[in-house]
Amino acid sequence: MSIWEYANPKKFMQTSAFLLPWVTGLALIAMLVGLVWGFFFTPDADKFGATVKIIYLHVPAAMMAISAWTMMLVTSLIWLIRRHHVSALAAKAAAPIGLMFTVIGLVTGAIWGQPMWGTWWAWDPRLTAFLILALFYLGYIALWAAVENPDTAADLTSVLAIVGSVFAFLSRYAVLFWNQGLHQGASLSLDEQENVSDVYWLPLVVCIAGFVLLFVTLVLIRTRTEIRSRRLQALLTRERLA
Amino acid sequence: MSLLSAHDLAVARAGVPVLEGVGFALAAGRALVLRGPNGIGKTTLLRTVAGLQPPLHGRVQAAPDAVAYAAHADGVKGTLSVTENLAFWASVFGTASVAAAIDRMNLRDLADRRAANLSAGQKRRLGLARLLVTGRPVWVMDEPTVSLDTASVQLFGDVVRDHLAAGGAALIATHIDLGLDADVLDLGRFRARPAAAGGIRSAFDEAFT
Amino acid sequence: MIALLFRDLRLAVRAGGGFGLGLAFFLLVAVIVPLGVGPEPATLARIAPGILWVGALLSCLLSLDRIFALDFEDGSLDLLATSPLPMEGAVAVKALAHWLVTGLPLVLAAPVLGVLLNLPLPGYPWLVISLALGTPALSIIGAFGAALTVGLKRGGLLMSLLVLPLYMPTLIFGAEVVKRGAAGMTVATPLALLAAITAGALALLPFAAAAAIRVNLR
Repeated sequence: MSIWEYANPKKFMQTSAFLLPWVTGLALIAMLVGLVWGFFFTPDADKFGATVKIIYLHVPAAMMAISAWTMMLVTSLIWLIRRHHVSALAAKAAAPIGLMFTVIGLVTGAIWGQPMWGTWWAWDPRLTAFLILALFYLGYIALWAAVENPDTAADLTSVLAIVGSVFAFLSRYAVLFWNQGLHQGASLSLDEQENVSDVYWLPLVVCIAGFVLLFVTLVLIRTRTEIRSRRLQALLTRERLA
Repeated sequence: MSLLSAHDLAVARAGVPVLEGVGFALAAGRALVLRGPNGIGKTTLLRTVAGLQPPLHGRVQAAPDAVAYAAHADGVKGTLSVTENLAFWASVFGTASVAAAIDRMNLRDLADRRAANLSAGQKRRLGLARLLVTGRPVWVMDEPTVSLDTASVQLFGDVVRDHLAAGGAALIATHIDLGLDADVLDLGRFRARPAAAGGIRSAFDEAFT
Repeated sequence: MIALLFRDLRLAVRAGGGFGLGLAFFLLVAVIVPLGVGPEPATLARIAPGILWVGALLSCLLSLDRIFALDFEDGSLDLLATSPLPMEGAVAVKALAHWLVTGLPLVLAAPVLGVLLNLPLPGYPWLVISLALGTPALSIIGAFGAALTVGLKRGGLLMSLLVLPLYMPTLIFGAEVVKRGAAGMTVATPLALLAAITAGALALLPFAAAAAIRVNLR
C-alpha cells in the first residue's frame, strides 16, 4: 500500500473525516494550554514587562506563515509531477490560511513594536520580508480566483508557487542587504544560553505545536470543501450533458 | 503508410469529455473531412491532433514535423504587409520562398498591402497561403472556407487537390463541399457518453466511481 | 528565432505598436515626483536613485501585456506553438524584443532624467550600468507574468499583482548600486548580485514561461 493512495479524493475524504475531530481536539488543547500558560503563568520579563508575552502569538504565526508557503510549494510540485488533484486542492486550500498567519504575524509585530521600538511600523528586514510574503500570497490567491478551468489554474499556480518561492527567498536576502534592522534574532535556537530561558521557551513550544495543529485542521477542512466543490461542479456538468 | 492517425482518442474541452473512441488513419494523398453539429468537438479534436492539448485518452500518431495547423484565427498581423506576414512564417518553418504561395492563393495584387486593409476573405486567403509556406505534408484545418467567396472556395479546393496529388494529406473540419475526393468522418457517433453509461471520465471524477 | 525577433520589433515600431509609450511614462514619473515632493535639490538628489529605478520598473510593467496578449488574440500564439520554434526560445526572443523596445530606451534616457532629479555626478555611470544589467531581468520576469495571465480577459491588473513582488530583488539591488555609486561608495556587491539575478532569470524563466503558455493554450 503506497502513500499515494491517500491522494485519491475518495480515500482522502474518508481518512480526513476520521482524522479531523482528533486533530481539531488536539489543536484546541495545545493552543489553550500554550496560550494560558504563556499569558498567565510566566513571569514578566525584566526589561520588557508583560509586552513580551505577545511572542506566544507572534512567533508561531510567523513560523506558520513560512511553513504554509513551503507546504504549498511541496503540494504544487506533487501536482505537477504526479497529477494528484487532492495535492493541488490542498495547495489552494492552504493559501488563505497562510496569508492569515502572515497578517497575524505582521499585526502582532506592529502591536509589539509600538512599546518596544516606539513605532508601529519600521522597514525592518524581517517585517519587510513578511510584507513581501503577504504580497506573494495575494498574487497566488488572485491567480487561482482568476482562472476558470480548475486544472489550468492548478498548473499555473503551481508554476507561480515554484518561481515565487525562489523570488521570495531572494527578496528575503535582498531586504537584509537593503536595511540591517531593529528586529532581534531568532529566539528559538538550541543555544539556550543567549536565548529565551526555559520558563518562556516551553509554553512557546506548546503554542507552536498548537498552531501547527490548527493549520493542519484548517487545511483539512478547506481541502475537503474544495474537493466537494470540485465534485459538485463535475456532477453539475454531467447533469447538463445528460 | 499513414501520415497521421488517431487511436481510440478521447478529448476534453474545459475538462469535460466531448468525444471518445475516435480513430482514423490518413494516408498520403488522402483527405479526411470532419462533420458534425456545432459544439460536437471538431475544434477540440483538431487542437489535440495539432498537439496543442493532450488527449484525455488514446493517442495521436504523426510523422515528425508533419503537421501544419490552421486555426479559426489566421494569426495575421495587421501592421505587416501580405508578403511580410508570409515571409515570417516561411522563415519560422525554414522554407525559402513565399512568391509561389502568393501566386497560388491569388494574392499577387495585394502583396504589398497592409494586412489590416484586407477584406475578411482576402485575409483568409492569406491565412491559407501560410499552409503552403510551411512545407509540411499534413494540413490540419479548422473551417478553412469561412468568409471565402465561391471563386475562392473553388481556388482553395484546387490548392488542396494539388497538395494531395503531391503526396500531402489534409484533415479538414468543414461543411462545405470542396470538390475533393475525401473520406468523411461523422463525429456524431463519437460523442462522449455520460460516465454512468460507461463513458470516459476526467481524472478527478475517476476516483468517485 | 531571428525572424520572430524582427517581426516583434517591426510590430512594435509600426503604428499602434505602443513603442515609446514606456519612455514617455518614465519621463512623466521623473516630472511628477519633484512636483510632489518639492524642488529642494538635496531632497531630490537623495531620492533620485530610487525614483529612477521605480520609474524604469513601472514603465517596463506598462507594456508587458503586449508581449503575448496580442499574439494570443489573433491566433498567432497557437500557430507559433505548433511551429518548429521551441516555445522556450520564442519566450526568450519575445522578452528580448520587449527589452530592445522598452528596456534599452530607458537605459539611454535615464541619464537625462537623472539631471531632472539632480542625481549626484558620480551616480551617472552606475545608473546606466545598473539599468543595463537589471532591465533584461525586468523583461524576462515580466514575460513570465504575461505568460501566466495570457488567457485571461483583463489580466493586466492581475499581472501587475503577480509581477511586482517578483521585481523586488532586482529593484533593491539596482537602486542600491545607484545609491552607493552616487555616494561615492563601492558598488561591487550589489552589482554582482544584480547581475546574478539577471543571469539566473534569463537562464531559468523562459522554461517556466513556456510551460505557462502551453498550459494556457490547452
